[in-house]
Amino acid sequence: MRLCASDLGCRRGGRTVFEGISFAVEAGEALTIRGRNGAGKSSLLRLIVGLVRVGGGRLALEGGDPELSLSEQAHYLGHQDALKPSLSVGENLRFWSEYLGGLSSNAGEALTTVGLAALADFPAAYLSAGQRRRLSIARLLAVKRPIWLLDEPTSTLDTTAQEQLGGLMRAHLAGGGLILAATHSALGIDGAKELRLGEPQ
Amino acid sequence: MSALAAMLARDLRVAVRVGGGALIGVLFFLVVVTLTPLALGPDLALLQRIGPAILWLAALLANLLALDRLFAADHEDGSLDLIMTGRAPLELVVAVKGLAQWLTTGLPLVIATPPIGLFLNLDAKAEGALVLTLLVGTPGLTFIGLIGAALAVTLRRGGLLLAVLVLPLTVPVLIFGVAAANAAVMGPVPFGTPFTILCAFTLASIVVGPFAAAAALRQEME
Repeated sequence: MRLCASDLGCRRGGRTVFEGISFAVEAGEALTIRGRNGAGKSSLLRLIVGLVRVGGGRLALEGGDPELSLSEQAHYLGHQDALKPSLSVGENLRFWSEYLGGLSSNAGEALTTVGLAALADFPAAYLSAGQRRRLSIARLLAVKRPIWLLDEPTSTLDTTAQEQLGGLMRAHLAGGGLILAATHSALGIDGAKELRLGEPQ
Repeated sequence: MSALAAMLARDLRVAVRVGGGALIGVLFFLVVVTLTPLALGPDLALLQRIGPAILWLAALLANLLALDRLFAADHEDGSLDLIMTGRAPLELVVAVKGLAQWLTTGLPLVIATPPIGLFLNLDAKAEGALVLTLLVGTPGLTFIGLIGAALAVTLRRGGLLLAVLVLPLTVPVLIFGVAAANAAVMGPVPFGTPFTILCAFTLASIVVGPFAAAAALRQEME
């Protein structure tokens, strides 16, 4: 599996966010996307998952499931956690794993992995920001999708949780997955490629 | 299929829990209909004549109340992004959300109609006709409303815009709903004529609404 982009451009609200971006990520590889605020890191991830229209160039996934589109094979972890405060932690996760095409039985295991099993019946309204983020990460584990698109995944996580996320990402890569992460901090993945936005390439 | 079932179950749960809008619409409906005889005075003949129109107007406005949160809530917490990356076709997901919306806001209105109809001096025959027209007409209101809710999703305080967008489109449903209910009570038009047209409007809106709303959502997410 290989995700490659050539000469990719993005326009939003009449402004060119970025143009001429090229990269290629193979199975088992990670790409960290860096750049100052407003350089288009989030826009690039949203463009890959199909939430922003491609403004130029080409984006292709080679060797994926031909029945599914790119966005159906990708997990998108954005700034917002997509949780309903009135539903319990378990209900939130089971909903997303059923909706995104996983098995709801995986949800319990995923909750244990991120350390929220004890809070499964607790309304999501009372979670802290870090716990909400960990619940979102549990979604990536409950539903198997080969491409992870992570937007500032470590924000709001404490050091232990950051290390744990690093471990989860390494396991995903070892299993033949791809990770694209927009971040300002280190992710704990060795040998990750780097893409810099907002600078002449 | 299980993705759609999961969406239906989740929307129903959210609607009936704390902060959900399930009972707001029906409460509004009850308040408006209860206030009408107080405002008009105890003229039973008058109440009976305008009763169906009052109930239909109240149902139309009550339906509008809960619509603005339909997609906006999912947009604000990021759920809409993930909904778009699901494998189920967006049109079907939108239709399922419409169904959940009708079950939590439209259906309670239909159920509340027989007891509240007594306030307007409606007899059993008129109430039966009204319940039938509301049962058939409220899904039409909800599915037309989907389009407005999808168009107003990225706007803060989109509620007023939603009313301006949706209300003109619901005029045929209102006209034929009230006409059918009146026909059953007073004649001379047979009940079947306006009622069949009402059914046609609802069926058309169930087909057109989800497609138009899904197209609007795709456009808005840019």
